[in-house]
Amino acid sequence: MELTVNGIKHQIKSDSKTSLLNVIREELNMTGSKYGCGEGVCGSCTVLLDGNAVRSCIVEAGEASGKQITTIEGVSESEKLHPVQQSFLKEDVFQCGYCAPGMVMSAVGLLKKNASPSEEEIIEAMNGNICRCGEYPKIVKAIQQVSQG
Amino acid sequence: MNYLDKVNFPIPRTPYFKPNKMQVHEIENIERHSTDKNGIESKDGSLISRRRFFNYLGGGIAVVMVSGPLQAFNQPKTSQLERFDDDQIAAWLHIGEDGKITVFTGKVEVGQNIRTSLTQIVAEELQVPVQSITMIMGDTDLTPYDRGTFGSRTTPTINTKLQKVAATTREILLDQAAEKWKTKKELLKVSGGKIVNTKNQNSIEYGTLTKGKKIVHPIDVNVKVTPATQWKIAGKPEQKVDAERIITGKHQYVSDMKLPEMVYGKILRAPTIKSNLQSANVDIAKSMDGVKVVREKDFIGVTGPDLQTAIKAINSIKAEWNISEQPSKGEIFDYFKEKASKENNQNVTGNLNQGFEAAEKTLKASYTIDYIAHVPMEPRAALALWEGEKLTVWTGTQRPFGVREELAEHFGIKEEMIRVIMPDTGSAFGGKHSGEAAIEAARLAKAVQKPVKVVWTREEEFVWAYLRPAGLIEINAGCAKDGTITAWEFHNYNSGDAGLESLYTMPNKTTNFHWIDSPFKQGSYRALAATANNFARESHINEMARMINMDPLEFRLKNLKDDRMKDVLNAAAKAFGWKNRKPAENHGFGIACAFEKAGYVATCAEVVVDPTTDEVKIVRVSEAFDCGTVINPHHLEGQIVGAVIQGLGGALFESIDFENGKILNPKLSQYRVPRFKDVPPIEAIIVDNKVLPSSGAGETPILGIAPAIREAIVSATGIKLYTMPLVPNGKVTKEIKP
Repeated sequence: MELTVNGIKHQIKSDSKTSLLNVIREELNMTGSKYGCGEGVCGSCTVLLDGNAVRSCIVEAGEASGKQITTIEGVSESEKLHPVQQSFLKEDVFQCGYCAPGMVMSAVGLLKKNASPSEEEIIEAMNGNICRCGEYPKIVKAIQQVSQG
Repeated sequence: MNYLDKVNFPIPRTPYFKPNKMQVHEIENIERHSTDKNGIESKDGSLISRRRFFNYLGGGIAVVMVSGPLQAFNQPKTSQLERFDDDQIAAWLHIGEDGKITVFTGKVEVGQNIRTSLTQIVAEELQVPVQSITMIMGDTDLTPYDRGTFGSRTTPTINTKLQKVAATTREILLDQAAEKWKTKKELLKVSGGKIVNTKNQNSIEYGTLTKGKKIVHPIDVNVKVTPATQWKIAGKPEQKVDAERIITGKHQYVSDMKLPEMVYGKILRAPTIKSNLQSANVDIAKSMDGVKVVREKDFIGVTGPDLQTAIKAINSIKAEWNISEQPSKGEIFDYFKEKASKENNQNVTGNLNQGFEAAEKTLKASYTIDYIAHVPMEPRAALALWEGEKLTVWTGTQRPFGVREELAEHFGIKEEMIRVIMPDTGSAFGGKHSGEAAIEAARLAKAVQKPVKVVWTREEEFVWAYLRPAGLIEINAGCAKDGTITAWEFHNYNSGDAGLESLYTMPNKTTNFHWIDSPFKQGSYRALAATANNFARESHINEMARMINMDPLEFRLKNLKDDRMKDVLNAAAKAFGWKNRKPAENHGFGIACAFEKAGYVATCAEVVVDPTTDEVKIVRVSEAFDCGTVINPHHLEGQIVGAVIQGLGGALFESIDFENGKILNPKLSQYRVPRFKDVPPIEAIIVDNKVLPSSGAGETPILGIAPAIREAIVSATGIKLYTMPLVPNGKVTKEIKP
């Protein structure tokens, strides 16, 4: 099976029914995407599939074949950080940081579809991502700053 | 020299509770009581882990620790390390020849951002940029002994300690430069990592001055530290250290770490905590390629070359269990009353009978608090490596030294043979004091003679860690016509004794804590039992105020003498508009306050209850918090707002559901936690008092939200609720008294 991750083609040995998260973290050694629940309800594992934010823990690797997979490791296209990452840094969001990659990827996915979301739209789109440390207000602000900047 | 004088024990606030024995699942006892002998004496009576530890110096070590686990194999042999007593600078701080500063502490970063605040305080005293400091945290071989990162203790203890360490270092550097230049120390100052001679502008860098030598010099406990009013680095909203590594996904937690030859471990789990293994068929697992089965009585685990194989292997095992009868959720509070220990842990002041006689009105009520789970974003994880007799374990825990003790006890080996490293963990909230995963990984690694990583699933984290205790609280109280409390009788069943006492003037009072052998493993959760005790107390105070037609803020001010408590109440009320705003139709206002861990909090909340659907929505929250001098206002605000948001969960809907001792909702699709949609506008009012010592802030901010919301619901609807969670399905139903 072949998977294209962050623009690079990889020959995958894992079974096509293995979760995409597992393949990314274990076979490709890209541990930025995290395991939080294993059932797609916490958002820690969020990656982009052809630009759409998906929960990689419930996507079978085979389903991702032939698509453009973007992970946190590849979200910035150059040496510079992605504007979402820059905004999160500027707002100094994050306590334990474990939810951070998933938050970034969900936000990137949102902004690809809606470049200037309202606060309600941000909350609606991001509601699938959990931050147990409670950084929600700062995350909303950081996303708002990107769309305004 | 009596080393005990120098060791920092957390001071228990209610010392009369003595546990019958150090129950393995009574994790909270480790936090609450200073009679913890573990670690003070080894089995042969010698004083080891408390005082002696290793410190490795040299420019390379900071790089080794921060760069990643593969460097693990290049770490120095124990014999190369030098030992320093923890009253020496060298135990805590080192200046490399290149000027880079390394700071060592046994405290760990769990998202409370102490890595940043501790860096700031050192940077302040040494007047260096924050970037020039590397913190080595929670490594039992490299950092001074520490009992654990909990109890809001880091800021009042280690922040103060490191402030003195850095200030003493500064004085030493000034002395050394003065001698070198044969000039007066008063003419010299520190600036930008250099000593500068103000007379002729000669300067020398710290590293050049010390030549990278260890600073074997006692910490001056009376050293002059920079007053907070003059701070340039501390007291400022410095960005989280390592933020860029986190935002790029480069930062590794234990569940991300890998070692060469590593295998993945999985443990066979029983259906409930109190089940016993009857039989198990491991034939399929044994036959799988690369899989090893480890079996030691009831402990059955597997290792596999990859995660998928390990999962397949553990799932292939067919096992039979004896499940003992255990209570269900509906009967748990009756169970508490029935099983309450006969031991009377009671605190008595004055004369309760006289107090009730003097009361104009009395009020009796019961409050219940459900079991809830910590739900750290990263479940437990551990990576264990045996090198001959030496064991190294990386694990996400708040107590690396405590986990080392657990490992030593389990394997019957000396603590010096064990190194526990805490690289960072995806949050904890008091839920990661114990080293279950560490022991599991180490057991498997010992059996298969390969490094083993064990990462718990979310389900395992719900079931096999420990819960916040459930509780039943009964209060009988009386007050005079003018609102002064004359009598107060308080019984807490199972929750705990943290926060049993308060700042209210109660001349006739008995407070009781009744211990129960809980059917579930329970332990520390952010603020311990103070959440339950404050929910009950503050709700009762609000009811008493209502009973005599007094404003709940006025009632509190009437019964408080502590100025800081009154100030923080007034600050919250003012910001909220408590006095000059009235709730609209279907809206309600509530107020609550608490004093815990030397911090003062007051919370005001507004709710709206939809008259047709009965749904409760939080409209806004104003919370004032006083923890003395603030080290990092931005991160403190994060702790306050974060605690309120987490507190919303326990206040409104979080609850562990169980039947016959089996947890029914051990998944994030079944156990609701606060999400983006649940967050109201939250205003944090920080009372930054720069002449008062700093208190911790990790816990106290969670205490006011539940009773404030409860009161707001009464204010909006007249409906009185007595349970935490208040509205499990989001709707206010008719009053249900337990």
